[in-house]
Amino acid sequence: MTLTSVTADSPRTDEEVQKSVLKSRRRPRPKKFREADDSSELSGKRGGSRVVVIIGLVLFALYSIGPAWWLIVSSTKTKEDLYTTDAMWFANFSLFDNLSSLFTYQDGIFGLWMWNSTLYAFAGSIGHTLISLAAGYGLAMYSFRGKGTTMGFIIGSFLIPGALLTIPSYLLFVQLGMYDTIWAMIIPAFFSPFAVYLAKIYTEGAVPSELLEAARIDGAGEYRIFFQIAFRLLTTAGATIFLLHFVGSWNAFFGPMVFLRGADKWPVMLGLYSWLQRGTDSTVDLTGMVITGSLVATIPMVILMIAMQRYWRSGVAMGSLK
Amino acid sequence: MSSSLEVRNTLDGKKQEPSRPGRTQGSSASPRLSWRSIQRIKGASFTWPFVVGFVVFTILPVIVGLAQSLYASKTSGLGFGAPTISFAGFDNFARGLVDVVFWESMLRVSIYAVVIVPVIQVVSLVLALLIDAVQRRIANRFRLILLVPYMIPGIVATMIWIYLYSPVVGPLTPVLSFFGLDVDFFSGEMIWVSIGNLALWGAIGFNMLILYGALQAVPREIFDAARVDGASEFRIAMSIKVPYVQTSLVLTGLLSIIGTLQIFAEPTLFRSISPETITKDFTPSMVIYNQAFQVGNLNYAAAQSIILAAVVGVASVIIYRLTKKVDS
Repeated sequence: MTLTSVTADSPRTDEEVQKSVLKSRRRPRPKKFREADDSSELSGKRGGSRVVVIIGLVLFALYSIGPAWWLIVSSTKTKEDLYTTDAMWFANFSLFDNLSSLFTYQDGIFGLWMWNSTLYAFAGSIGHTLISLAAGYGLAMYSFRGKGTTMGFIIGSFLIPGALLTIPSYLLFVQLGMYDTIWAMIIPAFFSPFAVYLAKIYTEGAVPSELLEAARIDGAGEYRIFFQIAFRLLTTAGATIFLLHFVGSWNAFFGPMVFLRGADKWPVMLGLYSWLQRGTDSTVDLTGMVITGSLVATIPMVILMIAMQRYWRSGVAMGSLK
Repeated sequence: MSSSLEVRNTLDGKKQEPSRPGRTQGSSASPRLSWRSIQRIKGASFTWPFVVGFVVFTILPVIVGLAQSLYASKTSGLGFGAPTISFAGFDNFARGLVDVVFWESMLRVSIYAVVIVPVIQVVSLVLALLIDAVQRRIANRFRLILLVPYMIPGIVATMIWIYLYSPVVGPLTPVLSFFGLDVDFFSGEMIWVSIGNLALWGAIGFNMLILYGALQAVPREIFDAARVDGASEFRIAMSIKVPYVQTSLVLTGLLSIIGTLQIFAEPTLFRSISPETITKDFTPSMVIYNQAFQVGNLNYAAAQSIILAAVVGVASVIIYRLTKKVDS
């Protein structure tokens, strides 16, 4: 990251040098004049197109942030103000009242949903990360019978659309007794071909095979090498895989909808959906609840993503290698 | 073969470098072979937990799905007793191939995907080029703001936009009617525009990040060379930067088309606001969900899933071929 910033910044100054070189070739003039002329013309020309660029970026920024702003503003309003006041600006501040009614409604079911989401995301991501790292490490560092076949299946499975797996998985979960239990949300999450692929790619770059040889000569066993040496080198990959899955799990919708029946096991996204659905055909107006609930369900994600920016950015880079 | 070579090497090593005996392990020449194979097994064992889970939760469902699609379950005439399950061959597929409701939903979503994916790509590219054109310090600030939609969970984003579109709570309808535009975002003509805008909003930040990353990898000297040749900044963007990120564009485009064909969550949420416009069979995934859990015909739903997967597969191959052709 820092390396690119250095290399990216330097050509911008080079470019002015290049322009002056260009000019000098066309119109040879005394050096003094040429320099003065160049700087004024350059700043004028660049200023013009720069304004256009900045305006474009500001418009995109407003478009990106506007809906988030609306969510924040709306969650501070009373039910009545939601319909009567300016949608994009604050009215009577009642965020805390909204929060208390959100968390007390139906014996605090919203809190339970938040807990479920957290549990599924954490438990699923931990298993997902450990299993993917181990598998990726095994595939990257060792050669063994069946390795090529395994890789073939992993790459091939990228092409299987999720829609193909949902109905048969439902049947399978019913058979295994996992349907409508928390395990349906946690255990299948452990096994992701894409995460294994990421782990393999990353291990190839991060763990030198000489290190393994050295550790072996020192008498370390294969498992010990993995847990005590390689694992530390794979922290970044692990954090990335963890984060990507955590976010995916938090946002999951179709899976929970198919595999869970009881409202007490729902993750928060499914719960909010059920309120949105009821909001239209019941006498209670749940709009305010959905809005405040949406904000509460978003805040952990935003904090996590900003705190761990480095990791999901590297995940993006790894993903684009594919 | 290799062990004998190693032995010779270690012997040579001993002869040539007697001062460093610690490096060579001549004594372990014969046990080394079995040690290697144990090491291989241990290496393979790292992948076993994954392989077991992969077989159970990916391979097995595919097989179960294929098997289910070949059977039919029938309840006896009056609905008494357990349903009888019989082998139906390709009946479910034959039915699926002429199912008007299913193919209408497929057409609807395909048209949407063909329009929205390029739109998202072009807008993301414009955004990436704009970010690439400003100083790094400014770019970093904008980048964080532009990534806000990526941090908001998809379901929450859909809800926010549903409310923004709503004529009672949202600001959009009053603003547009102020300009004399009477827009109903949930009407049949507007619904795909509404969903498309939501998809665009959610996707451009992330796509911009990928494309911006690809742009950063372009050697800056090329731009300088082009400037020396008198190319304008716009020309540089179109003739150098765009071709450089083409691979990333194609890749992200392919992935979004595959994802878009399976769209489920957004229309399902919109359906809770306007069930008249968004029918229960609006997209192929909704058809399958409905068939499996409302109608209760899991066999037919499994067959429909396979047809959808086949369509997605064929679409991927066609797009891949087309982009290859464009490249060469």
